[in-house]
Amino acid sequence: MIFGIVNIILIGTTPLVFAAIGELVVEKSGVLNLGLEGMMLVGAVSAFVTLVVTDSYLAALIVSLISGLVMSGLFAFLVLYLMANQVATGLALTIFGIGISSMIGKNYVGTPIDGLSPYFLIITSFLVVIFIGYFFKKTKLGLIVKAVGESHNSAHSLGFNVIKIRFISILFGGAMSALAGFYFSICYAPMWQEGMIAGRGWIALALVVFATWKPERILLGAYIFGGVAIMQMNLQAFGVKFPGQFFNMMPYLVTILVLVIISGNKLRIKLSAPACLTIPFNKNQ
Amino acid sequence: MIKLVPRGSSSQSMFILAPIFAIFLTLLTGSIIFFLMGYNPSNALKIFFISPISNAYGLSELLVKATPLALIAMGLSFCFKNNIYNIGAEGQLTMGAIFGGGVGIYFYDVSSILILPGMIIAGALGGALWAMIPAFLKTKFNTNEILTSLMLAYIALLILDYLVVGPWRDPDGFNFPKTRPFGESGRMPILFQGLRIHFGLIITLILIAFSWFIYSKTIFGFQLKVSGFSPKAARFAGFNKNFLIFSAFAISGAFAGLAGVGEVSGPIGLIYRDISPNYGFTAIIVCFLGRLHPLGIIFASLVIALTYLGAEDAQLFLQIPAAVGFVFQGLVLFFLLGSDLLVNFKLRLKN
Repeated sequence: MIFGIVNIILIGTTPLVFAAIGELVVEKSGVLNLGLEGMMLVGAVSAFVTLVVTDSYLAALIVSLISGLVMSGLFAFLVLYLMANQVATGLALTIFGIGISSMIGKNYVGTPIDGLSPYFLIITSFLVVIFIGYFFKKTKLGLIVKAVGESHNSAHSLGFNVIKIRFISILFGGAMSALAGFYFSICYAPMWQEGMIAGRGWIALALVVFATWKPERILLGAYIFGGVAIMQMNLQAFGVKFPGQFFNMMPYLVTILVLVIISGNKLRIKLSAPACLTIPFNKNQ
Repeated sequence: MIKLVPRGSSSQSMFILAPIFAIFLTLLTGSIIFFLMGYNPSNALKIFFISPISNAYGLSELLVKATPLALIAMGLSFCFKNNIYNIGAEGQLTMGAIFGGGVGIYFYDVSSILILPGMIIAGALGGALWAMIPAFLKTKFNTNEILTSLMLAYIALLILDYLVVGPWRDPDGFNFPKTRPFGESGRMPILFQGLRIHFGLIITLILIAFSWFIYSKTIFGFQLKVSGFSPKAARFAGFNKNFLIFSAFAISGAFAGLAGVGEVSGPIGLIYRDISPNYGFTAIIVCFLGRLHPLGIIFASLVIALTYLGAEDAQLFLQIPAAVGFVFQGLVLFFLLGSDLLVNFKLRLKN
């Protein structure tokens, strides 16, 4: 029974872990990408279509990752080189992703495929989180990414290439979102349906804040969010009359609560959120 | 290599030209996408952008869609001018629909001239109250309003979902997730017989004129602009920062709430799950494309409303998913944000 519940939680929340750990790196470098939902959808549809056409999981994975790099590369180009507003560009990426994924997948809705076992990617998600935790704590490059997110002017003065570091961070985030999409349409569903990510991109975004930008807490948060969703389903099965919508609100409510707790205190917000989040960098100024 | 040279002051002509340039590039990219998908681009573009508005019914539908977009975008401009990123208009619209629609449901069997005004006031209040939450959290706890307003949008949508499947479900509705219809007194008057365009358009135009008046003729409008442009100057001038944050959120929330009431008491006539096809988020595009300016917002709301109509027709006649409208909306914002660079910078060839 317990093993069954843990299993369901692990299977259901892995896309959140991938998308959130990617976004965490992006935000650590000082950029807010609100395009997770769009990148996950495009990652999911490109993986699915490739699998149907080529019958190769590897090809599906590669195409999916490339789609994430293209989508996030577009975002990176706009916000880093053209200094576009990050909030608006991220929203545009999500809106564009919802639309383009529906168009790409229009002939593939309901096509049956053989799903891939989720366990390999579940283990991968652990490893990625552990690696990112190690990356920020122990490696020089991790410290540089953090420095760029905390003060891009100081990092620039020290001779680091702010734009390049942010660009790579954004691409990593895109690849992770696409991987989340791949997992969703190939391992979890396994099928393609318009808008199938159904708001998980926003929950992943909430998860980064919930984790107060600390990698290991992403896992904790994902399993708490996932556990609550499972609990809701089980309670309903036992006939408990508590509206499921209030359970589904929890990630959003908790995120607001976490924001209130960390933002009220000047020191605590400095220790949590990257100081340069959403602030564009222009080396000519 | 191309080098960016900062302009001494932002270019006024680029400021106006960039949105038009963005629309042109969107059409170009759209044709390429249609071509790649195996459609004749000129035929597809005609079905998408021309045939939907080639008769009176189509024009009325364009206005039905442009009305909430323009109203929400005008409200958002109060926040964006002040550099406050309220991106939760979808939630404020939903709360407006819940508050206003709640009045309509409660008095569904009462015939009175007071019901519609009651719904309108309740809706504006609902939207404003929902928007005050991120304002309160920002001023009191210094929280980031981008994240809080976004989270609150999803909470509002879940509350709506709870109401229409739970306590407000239509007792005679065969268990469909919708409320009972409002009475005749709870409906927006129709402007032209046989068309769906309703009194909400008049409200929208009045509020846009009102916003223009605030921006150009009042101290409050001036303070909003200054504190957005230079927070330092605003601080030295002694403007009340918290008051400006609260009022910008309250106005934009009220406008979005009114748009929500307009939708449920206008074309829909009851509340159900999908009262808004993303209007609250799309209005952000309208606001940027219209340069936060009343006339610009009217123009942009018509352009973006056309992407909704065109997408419906494309689905009907070309079997393209209606989500293609989102592709155009996303593209136009990309191109706009990209070409905005030319407002503040000149391109120079570097040797």
